[in-house]
Amino acid sequence: MRRLTLWIVSTVAALVLLFSYHTSTGAAGGGQTAALSPTTPGTSSSSSSSGGSSSSSSGSDSSGSTSGTFTGSTVDTRWGPVQVQVTVDSGKITDVQAVVYPQDNPRDQEINAYALPVLHDEVIDAQSAQIDAVSGATVTSDGYIASLQAAIDAANLKS
Amino acid sequence: MTQPTTAELPRRAWVEQVMGLPISVHVRGDAATSTCVERAVHDLFESLRRADERFSTYRRDSEVSARRRGEDADPSADMLKVLALCERARSRTDGAFDPDLPGGFDPSGLVKGWAVERATEPLREAATGSDWLVNAGGDILLHAEPGRTWRVGIEDPRNPDRTLRALSLSRGAIATSGHGRRGAHITEPRTGRAADSGVLSATVLAPTLLWADVYATAAYVRGLRALPWLGRTSGARVLFVCGDGSLVSTLASPTTTGPGYLGRNERAYARP
Repeated sequence: MRRLTLWIVSTVAALVLLFSYHTSTGAAGGGQTAALSPTTPGTSSSSSSSGGSSSSSSGSDSSGSTSGTFTGSTVDTRWGPVQVQVTVDSGKITDVQAVVYPQDNPRDQEINAYALPVLHDEVIDAQSAQIDAVSGATVTSDGYIASLQAAIDAANLKS
Repeated sequence: MTQPTTAELPRRAWVEQVMGLPISVHVRGDAATSTCVERAVHDLFESLRRADERFSTYRRDSEVSARRRGEDADPSADMLKVLALCERARSRTDGAFDPDLPGGFDPSGLVKGWAVERATEPLREAATGSDWLVNAGGDILLHAEPGRTWRVGIEDPRNPDRTLRALSLSRGAIATSGHGRRGAHITEPRTGRAADSGVLSATVLAPTLLWADVYATAAYVRGLRALPWLGRTSGARVLFVCGDGSLVSTLASPTTTGPGYLGRNERAYARP
């Protein structure tokens, strides 16, 4: 079973600041100041294996508001690897999409391959990518794009 | 079994950022494609935005900010409700939850659960017969139809990219407090310092998100000392992640209803 290993790259670091609490709760629509300096989030794992992939972005920063398209790292979900792309316009998220879908599972049939029995007392391997949602100490928007929850969401967003 | 498994059901997700948190809504079943549900989800986000406008400690024009400045002579009905709930939470947790922090009035730890529950009511109606799940920054309210469950992973507080344990749930709420991605953010009300009770996180299952959230905060502040208290609390189950990565829980406790089981590296707490 592959570990869920996430790569956090500079574009994500930019998003970390962009989506930080203070800016996100500011007055609606603009007026946000996203500092685009490199940073190293403390959540990267010590041993990176096959789970991740590189990320890319195409963005611009004009008059203090960030716009552009940002691509997160690839995360394993029960539907297979998923990569999240977030479109930001003037500091607001306007779109979230999965850019990498499970390859052998076209979207229409992707879930048929996982017809698992469900019992309340079933023992689920916590690392098995069989989970639907993640509960953790308050996940703020800064950590979101690199999170397993984001990948699970993206796999199910209407395309 | 002629019923479709959960994996065969249509499923749809929505994500928006409100209150500085990513809020995810998942609907599974026929309602996933219904326009009623679409509208209910839209209303859910709208309701949370209104709650944020009133209760944010970051907005200078919020009612909470006015109260912090001592300028709320005429509190709104929502504020009165929240104040009453805060009082109940303080008393139920013996002060481990307290909105009157040294830095000023801050009901955030209770408002989120309260607001999400209220905002979810229209979805509960619109998605009748289907499964739904709302994840507000790691605190989850969910419902699954008979025979179906949602599988919720508990984040490893030492490495948020991993999950330590997974639970199969069909209704109720689950909330986690602890050292998360933001580092220490829970304040011990009595000292005003960051809580340091020896546990890395506390996860609570409860019938409602408000109480799951409040109890998780209290459990994290108190640490393992909260076990006897939570063991007696009707309808609540707790899972602690200890400093060495081991787990202690009341999930398999004979005092709770429904079947339980222990995960790997997990000890059961039984009512004394």
